[in-house]
Amino acid sequence: MCLGIPGKIIEISDASRKLATVDISGVKREVNIACIVGDEPLENLIGTWSLIHVGFAMSRIDEKEAALTLDVLRQLGEAQEEIEAMRASAAMLEETS
Amino acid sequence: MNYADEFRDPVKAKGVLGAITRIVDELDATKEKPIYIMEICGGHTHAIFRYGLDKLTPPGLEFIHGPGCPVCVLPMSRVDECVEIAENPNVIFTTFGDAMRVPGTKKSLMQAKADGADIRMVYSPLDALELARRNPDREVVFFGLGFETTTPSTALSILQAESDGLTNFTIFCNHIMVPPPIKALLDDPHMILDGFVGPGHVSMVIGIRPYDFIARDYGKPIVVAGFEPLDLLQSVLMVLEQIRDGRAEVENQYSRIVPDDGNPVSIAACEKVYEPRPTFEWRGLGEIDASGLRIRDRYKAFDAEIKFDIGYGRNNVFTAEQEGCACGDVMTGRIKPHACPQFGKGCTPEMPLGALMVSSEGACAAYYQYGGLELESVE
Repeated sequence: MCLGIPGKIIEISDASRKLATVDISGVKREVNIACIVGDEPLENLIGTWSLIHVGFAMSRIDEKEAALTLDVLRQLGEAQEEIEAMRASAAMLEETS
Repeated sequence: MNYADEFRDPVKAKGVLGAITRIVDELDATKEKPIYIMEICGGHTHAIFRYGLDKLTPPGLEFIHGPGCPVCVLPMSRVDECVEIAENPNVIFTTFGDAMRVPGTKKSLMQAKADGADIRMVYSPLDALELARRNPDREVVFFGLGFETTTPSTALSILQAESDGLTNFTIFCNHIMVPPPIKALLDDPHMILDGFVGPGHVSMVIGIRPYDFIARDYGKPIVVAGFEPLDLLQSVLMVLEQIRDGRAEVENQYSRIVPDDGNPVSIAACEKVYEPRPTFEWRGLGEIDASGLRIRDRYKAFDAEIKFDIGYGRNNVFTAEQEGCACGDVMTGRIKPHACPQFGKGCTPEMPLGALMVSSEGACAAYYQYGGLELESVE
């Protein structure tokens, strides 16, 4: 939960709530992008990479940094843990609806 | 096994290790009289063990594992309060998975769930918000746990809940901050530390200025570091260079992620929603001034402490550690994890007695996972 995981923004899902769909190692989930938006249009973020902490994009990173960070997280076992937590959380919400 | 083979750039790593060894020699540091460097962040502790950096660096350099694992410094009374809130029949209690196995005085959240409480692990407070939207007749509580990296997520969730008009969503805020325990450690008369490796992702949020006091008031170097093994080695080298040159500065090795001023949106959201508590309890470290956060009055509708009349400071029960658990001594660097009589016996990652064994970022779990066999052969 403390280490961020790199994700690529693929679409803006709710502009008013500053939510975007992000691809994190093949898992798609909605994240809050309030902390990384600047003055430019939200659409400009599509295709860019960020470090995602518990569902919030906290810092923009380039593709190379994303790959390196993901590599370290995999070696630490943290990437797998995060992705598992994302999947389990999505499944839990699915059951609720 | 040569851990150095795993380095992305083994040649560079060798160069940095050589430079580290040279300075440690120049400073006449030995195994008996080492230079002590504390890595504050639990993620760094994990990485140091995973890559064997403690074995690659010379014996005259010793890592002291800091208090930067939020699950590890969580007092049992807070866990007890989580269980009490969760056992309320109308409550859906949501938490990061990390907190599930932390022992309370009676039970962990995992055990409370097995006993029938509606406790759900979520990846993000956003998922707790969604649960609240889908269950308007239930009270959804999110356990706000963690340092400055997770604090913005709960602050922004409260702001979202307010603008959505949700009335069944609260945060049980137990967020803590990194700088205050560092100050407490530096104020300890038995303090032996020579310098610090500062946390990467916490600093991404708060920037590097909040560490100024370490250099200015205490004359100790601190270098904010990334998580790659080479990042960590370079940061250690930067700390050693400061010590050799008689400097004490705040340096940023991880500037590709950490802006000196942090993330302004996060800082503003946290300021808006939270205020420091006069004091807060840390497992193993005791009470530390202005080290925890609470929800401001303006947002009290989203404060589980108020809604359930529970939380830190309400009944001030000090809970002693489990019999035989030495987490407190390990956390302050007085003993190494394997010196605890329960290490690997009554306390394992599967059945933790103390919090340092629960999380992969805890010093005991790291020793157990990466150093256990070698330690046995030494003994």
